[in-house]
Amino acid sequence: MKINVDRDACCGAGQCVLLAPDVFDQDEEGIVVLLDERPAADQDFAVQEAVSMCPTGVIWVDQNA
Amino acid sequence: MSDLLDYPIPSDRAIEPPPEWEELRQQCPVAKVRLASGGEATLLTRYDDVRAMLTDGRFGRVIPAGGTGVGSQDDGGTFSNDPTGVMADEEQHQAWRRLVNATFTAKRVQALAPGITARAEQLIDDMLAAGGPADLVPALAFPLPVWVICELLGVPEDQRERFPYWSDTALSTTRYTQEEISAARQEFGAYMAALVEAKRAQPGDDLISELIALVDRNDPRLTAQTVIGTSMALLVAGHETTASHIAKMMALFLGDRSRWERLVADPSLVRSAVEESLRFDPNAGFGMVRWVDEDVEIAGETVPAGTTVVCSLAAANRDEGTFEGAAEMDLGRRPNPHLSFGAGAYSCLGQSLARTELQIVLAALVRKVPSLELAVDVESVPRKEGLLVAGFDELPVKWGE
Ligand code: HEM
Ligand code: HEM
Ligand code: SF4
Repeated sequence: MKINVDRDACCGAGQCVLLAPDVFDQDEEGIVVLLDERPAADQDFAVQEAVSMCPTGVIWVDQNA
Repeated sequence: MSDLLDYPIPSDRAIEPPPEWEELRQQCPVAKVRLASGGEATLLTRYDDVRAMLTDGRFGRVIPAGGTGVGSQDDGGTFSNDPTGVMADEEQHQAWRRLVNATFTAKRVQALAPGITARAEQLIDDMLAAGGPADLVPALAFPLPVWVICELLGVPEDQRERFPYWSDTALSTTRYTQEEISAARQEFGAYMAALVEAKRAQPGDDLISELIALVDRNDPRLTAQTVIGTSMALLVAGHETTASHIAKMMALFLGDRSRWERLVADPSLVRSAVEESLRFDPNAGFGMVRWVDEDVEIAGETVPAGTTVVCSLAAANRDEGTFEGAAEMDLGRRPNPHLSFGAGAYSCLGQSLARTELQIVLAALVRKVPSLELAVDVESVPRKEGLLVAGFDELPVKWGE
């Protein structure tokens, strides 16, 4: 499982950071930064939640990569 | 079509979502409606369509002259004249978001949490000390969000008195006269201009000082005027919305006491319960308005260039296709991708802060006043998701001594 983000379309509302702080962070402009593109399985649920709650839909998970 | 549906959908009692929502979602997801202005617009009610529209750059936020406007002077009141001056232009808007975001990251907001908690607890202690029954709106729902914004902006404590009034007049379209509204706006603008000057001379550890530093440092298009406008926008966008949601959320949880009891028994539900209250809010306002200047296909239908498109966030939040058991409140619902903060490039800038405040308030009440209940006559408490009418001005509560 590999996480991808599209930083160009991120609106910087920080939901992903609130939900999965070990996986996502924000840079000095508030734009998402991926801390861990292949997090351990215990992060799966939080990552799924971040995917579905990201207001711009710019986080996606590649299950096969 | 001669008998166009009027939007907002007329409803004599706003105690439940109008049945039309379900009919529209099922049978007419891309509906023609007439707005208060008399003009025609296209209404979207399905979750997928609403989300697609909000995240699609072809839908602009500015309706050009000649297009169908929302109508009455009321656009939710918020910003018929935008104090930031950046909202109309996509690029400027994005630059502005990035500038403000820099001071508004999730971590920044989390750093505010201990202070917000202390303040919420103090307001609750004061309410308890004064004895019940009490009105939760002036005791807690209203003062907390305005305190938070003042802390964030760095407004000195002895200068905060007028803030609730300024915020109120900026959002209210009926309670004040036009002269009162203009006078308040001017007074507010002058206060903010002076505060920005004071912060420039003597920066503090607050958002205004940080914005000034950023403006001075890197973006010539964003001026001191932007800092003033942004500060005003944050107060207005962040105060009433949060205050009214605290009251609505508490009405939902106390109105059906089994919900409250579930929260008391398991406070770990607070986070998901807050999200569910945002999803469930049947009175989430007008919805969002956008404009297309090219033909766009939605749900298999072509929406022609020059159409005003309205979407109902609240109808989308009740879409069975996305939310299983959508008509029921499920305090543990996760994930909960509701649209109450909008979506896409314009989605709520303050959502991390709003969520943090709502979670703190709910957790503090559950912890400190588990015996809390509505103080209105049980018989008069509507069984359904009642109470949730617009402009929820009071919420009488009591507790076991
Ligand atoms: C600094 C600028 C702005 C801020 C801070 C702002 C903020 C907000 C907020 C917080 C809401 C949600 C209110 C609610 O919960 O019902 C809202 C709704 C809305 N905004 Fe804005 N907005 C801004 C600019 C604009 C502009 C420039 C337009 C149009 C050209 C616009 C049109 C609307 C409309 C139509 C609604 C829906 C009203 C309703 O829910 O009844 N806004 N805005
Ligand atoms: C429960 C509380 C809140 C709700 C339901 C809410 C809802 C919304 C909605 C629906 C929008 C989108 C407007 C659009 O699409 O045109 C919006 C925008 C906005 N909100 Fe909130 N909001 C809340 C709290 C806050 C707070 C606490 C702040 C800041 C301190 C804030 C600041 C803003 C700003 C600045 C915008 C404009 C964003 C932009 O145009 O880029 N809101 N809000
Ligand atoms: S939730 Fe989405 S939009 Fe918000 S910061 Fe994370 S990636 Fe960006």
